[in-house]
Amino acid sequence: MAIIETRDLTKYYGKARGITELNLKVEEGEFFGFIGPNGAGKSTLIRTLLGLIKPTSGEAKVMGKPLSLSREYLEEIGYLPSETTFYGDMKVSELISYSAKLRKKDCEKEAKALCERLELDTKKRIDQLSLGNRKKVGIVCAMQGNPQIYLMDEPTSGLDPLIQKEFFDLLHERQKEGATIFFSSHVLSEVQHNCTRAAIIREGRLVAEGSIQSLSGSNTKNITLHGINYIPDDISAKSVVKMQDGISFLYQGDIRQLLSKVSMLPITDMTINEPELEDVFMHYYEKGDE
Amino acid sequence: MAVLNKELKKGAKGFLIWTAVIAFMLSVCVFVYPAMKDQMGEMNEMFANMGSFTAAFGMDQLNFGTFIGFYGIEIGNVLGLGGGFFAAYLGITMLSKEEKEHTAEFLLTHPISRVSVLIQKLAAVMIQIVLMNVITFLFGVLSAVIVGEDVPFKELILIHSVYLILQIEIGAVCFGLSAFVRRGSIGIGLGSAAVLYFMNLIVNISEKAQPLKYITPYAYAKPEDVIQNMSFDWLLVGLGILYGVVFVAVGFIIYGRKDITA
Repeated sequence: MAIIETRDLTKYYGKARGITELNLKVEEGEFFGFIGPNGAGKSTLIRTLLGLIKPTSGEAKVMGKPLSLSREYLEEIGYLPSETTFYGDMKVSELISYSAKLRKKDCEKEAKALCERLELDTKKRIDQLSLGNRKKVGIVCAMQGNPQIYLMDEPTSGLDPLIQKEFFDLLHERQKEGATIFFSSHVLSEVQHNCTRAAIIREGRLVAEGSIQSLSGSNTKNITLHGINYIPDDISAKSVVKMQDGISFLYQGDIRQLLSKVSMLPITDMTINEPELEDVFMHYYEKGDE
Repeated sequence: MAVLNKELKKGAKGFLIWTAVIAFMLSVCVFVYPAMKDQMGEMNEMFANMGSFTAAFGMDQLNFGTFIGFYGIEIGNVLGLGGGFFAAYLGITMLSKEEKEHTAEFLLTHPISRVSVLIQKLAAVMIQIVLMNVITFLFGVLSAVIVGEDVPFKELILIHSVYLILQIEIGAVCFGLSAFVRRGSIGIGLGSAAVLYFMNLIVNISEKAQPLKYITPYAYAKPEDVIQNMSFDWLLVGLGILYGVVFVAVGFIIYGRKDITA
């Protein structure tokens, strides 16, 4: 069952583009990555799903409920914004307790356990916290109610590597318990290491969606040819990078045809690799590439 | 009730400061009355010769020589201006501060409807206004007893009530405006209260400006009229309540539909 589904979801801020005709399905229990650079529309999608902003057109459903009933499904959503801003004059413990009260849940035990795992000092005032510690407060607020869906908008910014690992461990534990994780990021390695599926957004439009394997693998190969610094026109190459002693590019198609064409070239060596997700990402973000 | 409790707790310091200042000023005015009472005959005569200035502040219709006359003039300044500004400040900041401080996102991504947030925040504004008025009323009565004046309860209740209605109207209007603004909200709130106050001064001195009395709440919050008639000008009070309700309703509609940007 699709726990998050959007159909032609579009959001414009006046004339400025947010997202355009976005069609996306996230299945229940998935660990889904949403990849795109700053300004691509990642936060716009998340904020639309949360009911913070109204779509210009199109529709979306979360847990089978339309955006107009966001209050009902918000009970089952733990949200971590990319920029965590809270009431500066509150203590950490007060803010976490306030968040639980807004959820009408007693989360004291869960909050305590989360604070211990994330090494968060609950006695400090919010305005005394560093960016990383504010992020931890956001994580505790998002996770303490054991929601079914976690919407995480660039969650790891500001967190040190140890806490990042703890954070992803927590998310994987929740996923094992049946929760769905949807997180946006421009750190491709964390998407590749943690997600089962991902989508790539570019200038508000979805340009690719699939399993991590299919996105980074499929029939796309990273080809490096040594001894030449050009590619003949009859080879369909993407993301071309010229090197000192050769040329590298992404190739999508019949590998035998490629080998046949390459055999005619004065190359000195050739390597064929599975591309990293980063290569695929760069491929989708090449100028003029659609 | 989490939002209401939080707002009352967060606003407690500001509430106590405003209330203490207004109650203190009110008490000081009452305490100086015995010393001024003997000179009131001369003061009445002096004010009578000041023409439109006296009329502007409603001092042409009140007798400084009586305690309630003196109280009516002083309370007009203290509760009308001080209380009005307090109500404007509370109303205008209640919603806009969440967006200004970027906390609206935190609040509204919890399972709480915007209507519920608005109701609880409006309740926080009204509770603080009512409490402030109850406390200042008690200080007014207590101060009158201390200086040995007979307390004209009925008149005092009427005067304080009309200023309570004025503050509720200003608070409600500013609360409605608060749904539209994000930055510079305090200036807009206090500025609105000041404009309404000066509008009334113009009404008091110019016949041509009479239509403005249907706009400003200070036109019905006149101790001199309330004491004379022992009642309110219900037409103006009714209009004031209507303005408050309309602004709050518009605020609810706008805030319910608006995009909460980061």
